Amino acid sequence: MAPPSSDARSTAPQAGFAFILKRSLISAAIALALFSLMIGVRTEAGPTGVLIYWTRFGDLALLVGAVFIGSIAVELARAFVGPVDIAGRMPEALREILAALQRFLVPALLAFAVLIPVIFYQQRYILDLSILVLTYVMLGWGLNIVVGLAGLLDLGYVAFYAVGAYSYALLSTTFGLSFWICLPLAGILAAFWGMMLGFPVLRLKGDYLAIVTLAFGEIIRIVLLNWQSLTGGPNGISGIPRPTAFGIPLTAGADGLAARLGIPFSPTHRIVFLFYLILALALLTNWATIRLRRLPIGRAWEALREDEVACRALGINTVVTKLTAFALGAMFGGFAGAFFATRQGFISPESFSFQESALVLAIVVLGGMGSQLGVALAAIAMIGGFELFRGFDQYRMLVFGMAMVLLMIWRPRGLIGHRAPSVYLERREAIAADLVKEGHG
Amino acid sequence: MTGADILEVTHLSMTFGGIRAVNDLSFTATRGAITALIGPNGAGKTTVFNCITGFYKPTAGMIRLVHADGRDFLLERLFDFRIAKRAKVARTFQNIRLFSGMTLLENLMVAQHNPLMRASGFTVLGLLGAPRYRAAERAAIERARHWLDRIGLTARADDAAGNLPYGDQRRLEIARAMCTEPALLCLDEPAAGLNARESEALSELLLSIRAGGTSLLLIEHDMSVVMEISDRIVVLDHGVKIADGTPREIRDDPKVIAAYLGSDEEFARAEMEGSA
Amino acid sequence: MDYFAQQLINGIALGSIYGLIAIGYTMVYGIVGMINFAHGDIFMIGGFVALISFLVLVSIGITAVPVVLLLVLLVAMATTALYGWTVERIAYRPLRHSFRLAPMLSAIGMSFVLSNFSQVSQGARIKSVAPIITGGYTLFERDGFAVRLSNMQVFIVLTTLALLLAFSWLVARTRLGRDMRACEQDQTMAALLGVDVDRTISMTFVIGAALASVAGLMYLLYYGVVDFFMGFVAGIKAFTAAVLGGIGSLPGAMLGGLAIGLIETFWAAYFSSEYKDVAAFSILIVVLIFLPTGLLGRPEVEKV
Repeated sequence: MAPPSSDARSTAPQAGFAFILKRSLISAAIALALFSLMIGVRTEAGPTGVLIYWTRFGDLALLVGAVFIGSIAVELARAFVGPVDIAGRMPEALREILAALQRFLVPALLAFAVLIPVIFYQQRYILDLSILVLTYVMLGWGLNIVVGLAGLLDLGYVAFYAVGAYSYALLSTTFGLSFWICLPLAGILAAFWGMMLGFPVLRLKGDYLAIVTLAFGEIIRIVLLNWQSLTGGPNGISGIPRPTAFGIPLTAGADGLAARLGIPFSPTHRIVFLFYLILALALLTNWATIRLRRLPIGRAWEALREDEVACRALGINTVVTKLTAFALGAMFGGFAGAFFATRQGFISPESFSFQESALVLAIVVLGGMGSQLGVALAAIAMIGGFELFRGFDQYRMLVFGMAMVLLMIWRPRGLIGHRAPSVYLERREAIAADLVKEGHG
Repeated sequence: MTGADILEVTHLSMTFGGIRAVNDLSFTATRGAITALIGPNGAGKTTVFNCITGFYKPTAGMIRLVHADGRDFLLERLFDFRIAKRAKVARTFQNIRLFSGMTLLENLMVAQHNPLMRASGFTVLGLLGAPRYRAAERAAIERARHWLDRIGLTARADDAAGNLPYGDQRRLEIARAMCTEPALLCLDEPAAGLNARESEALSELLLSIRAGGTSLLLIEHDMSVVMEISDRIVVLDHGVKIADGTPREIRDDPKVIAAYLGSDEEFARAEMEGSA
Repeated sequence: MDYFAQQLINGIALGSIYGLIAIGYTMVYGIVGMINFAHGDIFMIGGFVALISFLVLVSIGITAVPVVLLLVLLVAMATTALYGWTVERIAYRPLRHSFRLAPMLSAIGMSFVLSNFSQVSQGARIKSVAPIITGGYTLFERDGFAVRLSNMQVFIVLTTLALLLAFSWLVARTRLGRDMRACEQDQTMAALLGVDVDRTISMTFVIGAALASVAGLMYLLYYGVVDFFMGFVAGIKAFTAAVLGGIGSLPGAMLGGLAIGLIETFWAAYFSSEYKDVAAFSILIVVLIFLPTGLLGRPEVEKV
């Protein structure tokens, strides 16, 4: 490990630098060994179909050089700034500032969100992006019930998203039911599915629960891909009807909303409507979560996360408690899925891969401590960050993966470092992160 | 079993793999009394507890619980949370199991989960803000406050349970168990790690709980506490009962002395006579 | 009957590949108690490294099959072992004493890094090669259906056996093996007794990665293709194998691997091949629900 800062400066600087140099050379050598084949050589099917290769020593040299320099930079930073605080505790002053900000932050964010379509009416791109962000915020809030509150490690959340989307698609295209009927139905189906999935796996703990939920998610995806007669297979379902404003279509015709209101029609109307729809759905999820947290069921979820054995000793039916967490989380995922289907007009199994589950889980964990605000901020950061990489699709997931690793090393408990109690006698005091358990599944 | 008994354990056996942790154990506990289960380490005491409180399923035997109103439960058939919920048997743990990331008040509220769930109409009424639920919640908070007063921690009601000193954590765990309004309270080494003054306070607390009508079953190593508050003592060694009687009888029992300390009678007798 | 026999042979070969990957999962879980989500992708990297080194060696004129194979094996094992070491060092070691979720998310992140790294560096399309080990034996023939045992399959099974033996010897007889077993039981105590826990854990990852790379090479030789996504599915299946055999048990991992290989092969042969992955995943779920300690694992009693 690097010597503490005072030593690095008091002893002869050359000794410190020689050490850093040696470490960086070793890092560069490792990089060379790792990348010489994967980067130095590029294979591809040649014109005759046989695999050929060419060398990219230039790229290799660049990368190794970058590793070398980066390593020096990291070591220098470590020597002068001190070791990374792995406990992830925020300095006291910063925490107090954040607490004060939090009181303003939430209403400010809410007001801003409501006004987005007004402010950005002309910028279709921003409206679309906000809808995407809000969808993930809702998914994050939904998964938060399962992972953040109840401490159940769910790596297959995308399954409920998919059930909601496909249920909506099938119900609306086969039976022609309106969005407002299909939406609750999609949620109920997803909740039902959540219970089906949850029931057999309740006894599993931690990592095992995680991998089983992952397996479930994959099974759903494969079934969606292959059950052509029901789901359309890889082609998915298209022609999903767009939502109506409570029965009034949002089209340019004479019976459209624009005509009725006497304003000129614009395709942006539908986008605005979709925006407020997802905002309403997300806020519903938020309201439900906050209310539930203050009710016995919510407290039982958090107690479950803290210590399941103690819960059983207090007469709490842990099976039912876990199932309700699963079912409710699934329901909100289903709502989000239904929204997704109607927004896109077309769905296919491609949108429901494990990557989505991992992304939503990352949002929840990054948010931290089951905090609603944290999840929202994390969703904005992650999806916003994703968008910045729009042009570089291939590098997007690579950077996402690295970001996940780095974030876990830096702040394993997430952005929000404390938990607010759900009931209090005199005063409401936040509880520090290191006391709050993460749950064993 | 007389009508005065709350718990009757008959021919209880528990075997793990090849090890017989508890072998043909029988004893009774009187209602409204404090019964202590003692014995050297490895005697099987916690195993007995785990059988009574539903964490293990006994290999053989019967555990019968009779409430004051005559309701009868066979605990070896009830399992898991149902023992706490229906038979009203509460327990504390050897390694304290508090909800450390929740406040004291929250801990005591979680204990009242079942009545609150009913009052909240299984959440539905609660979501709608029904007055019946709000009244029930207020009552629950009052009960929590009552117990916080009894253990002297009302001032810290909104602190995180994990921040309490060790002795206070133990008492909170007892208070939390009492918030479930149990008929039988099982305590697994409640005096472990407490100093003399804290042990005194604990004894007082347990005696006041007994005065309130709850029966207690206690595993303990601290002889001063055991001798001071127990009405009856059952002694286990290697999973087998070797003695059963009043504190005085146990103190003078040579089998017990031998089990604990080999056969140095003089020394053992002095130990049993109440360590200072 | 002949069809059955053929599938049996195929299943054993496939199962050996899964078994080698499963050993890595089970060892890591035994010693640090975490599921290494990135392990499947290490297997994939092994396949890619084998492919690339094979191409390079052939093009510089080394064409004798045994020589090439040996060289590719060594290069793949060494390089992939280094990948395994680096992943542990960067993503897991800093989080070893951290909270529960952090290493898991870090592992998932690392998995994304590895699979996208190969996608970015080698392109997204699958790569195929002509069969390298050819020929085989016809065991018996009836009604025009021949049951064949290919040289490839012989190579796979023999290599797996050799590695298993070497590895069992390592765990049972060497200092490292003893250290590994000690760390599995009680890390703190092992450290107090002078075991270099960091190094032992690193070596566990390294060995697991080396075995996975051999599996990658075999996969390449057997199916003739590699792609950047093969680690994900193979990883879950291999983990299923590890769980089926009893997590923490080495013979269990191999046994589980064979079982999964056989089940997958038979399912694809007799039912449908699109849902063969579903079969494997379903087994995982069924095993964890009904047989949580697996076939050869140790039952765990909950400590209250």
